[in-house]
Amino acid sequence: MINRHLQTPSQTVGPFFTPALLREDACRNVLTQTETIGEHIRIEGRVLDGDGIPISDAMVEIWQANAHGRYNHPMDQGTASLDPSFLGFGRSGTESDGAYWFETIKPGPVPFDKERMQAPHICVIVFSRGLLNHLMTRLYFADEPANAEDPVLLCVPDDRRATLLAQCQQGGTTLVYRFDIILQGTNETVFFNL
Amino acid sequence: MSYTTIGTIVRGDREVFPPYLYEAYQSTRHRAPTLPLIDVPLTLSELTGPGPAISAVTAEDADLTRNAGTGGEAIGQRIIVTGRVLDDRGIPVPNALLEVWQANAAGRYLHKRDQWPGPLDPHFLGMGRCLTNEDGIYRFLTVRPGAYPWKNHPNAWRPAHIHFSVFGPSILSRLVTQMYFPDDPLLQLDPILNAVPTEVARTRLIATYDHDVTEEEWALGYRWDMVVRGPYATPFESKEGEQ
Repeated sequence: MINRHLQTPSQTVGPFFTPALLREDACRNVLTQTETIGEHIRIEGRVLDGDGIPISDAMVEIWQANAHGRYNHPMDQGTASLDPSFLGFGRSGTESDGAYWFETIKPGPVPFDKERMQAPHICVIVFSRGLLNHLMTRLYFADEPANAEDPVLLCVPDDRRATLLAQCQQGGTTLVYRFDIILQGTNETVFFNL
Repeated sequence: MSYTTIGTIVRGDREVFPPYLYEAYQSTRHRAPTLPLIDVPLTLSELTGPGPAISAVTAEDADLTRNAGTGGEAIGQRIIVTGRVLDDRGIPVPNALLEVWQANAAGRYLHKRDQWPGPLDPHFLGMGRCLTNEDGIYRFLTVRPGAYPWKNHPNAWRPAHIHFSVFGPSILSRLVTQMYFPDDPLLQLDPILNAVPTEVARTRLIATYDHDVTEEEWALGYRWDMVVRGPYATPFESKEGEQ
């Protein structure tokens, strides 16, 4: 057995991170380039507290596979192609109305184990003042039939699953998926023990 | 200590991490989730992350005393902060992106929401970043931040600290935390530090003065190591405090 080193505890990101973490070359609302393969989508949502009040000093990070279902990471040894124009990492601040947004592509399905695939999803990490640890969740696409068989989504109680489903909004030239993140209370978003 | 395991995966150190709801830190009251976090299996999605790829960005500026670009130098006690980023097996994490931010020597942030009457320093932005080297070592040159008041409770002051954001090998190793300074009387009064449940874990957030890091006629040296979750994990026997 290996002696495990104690992890460094988390502390809140606080209210003053914006100049460092959201500086022009650190903010990544746009994950795509024109040539990025896949269905180009926009993700929009708000981060709300337990009173339904918008959180204007939050930060949302996302991590996702490309349109072929391949992560740009050495641990993904799959056969799906990498897309040189897509890294899969996004970072957005929130505005006074709690709004965050990303321009990205809908990810392809990635493997769960040797037999099963996961439904297309995006990993979401939320930071803010008042969060001593960041929160981790997933965005799924409400109009995706594969959700019904997704091994992670199936771990979530039926009556809370809807909080992880981004709803497609019609109209406009870009497909918009809406995903509000509610930290506390009614319709509290499901967060994972990760 | 006990760990929840799924397959060969060990969950994070819940004894180390603060709870979401910590009444003494008022902002947690309306932002802490109230429903239980859901246990889910770890998949390729969690065992990967942007760390290796975004580490390709240039480590442009680890000198906070001069990176305001004014040609002038920040006022304050010049310090070197260095240490290693390790995973929980004790293996150095190379090419990890660290982003830091801090108040100036007077305890004032260059931020529109920081309006207390501490003086700003035109030569100090209070932000920097660097990559760890092949041995997991990082190094910043900065000035020692001041303490500053906040409105959490009457006469509340945050102890001097530097915020760190770390990208390790996977999204499980993502860490945002704060480094504190030794022998600061404000530490025992700080609800954010004291939300960390154990003394041994709180100690991990406090840098050590290291005279071997101190440079003659130049800067005082502090050493601070960080431990993040590894790229994967196998069952371990934990020996708390051993490192």
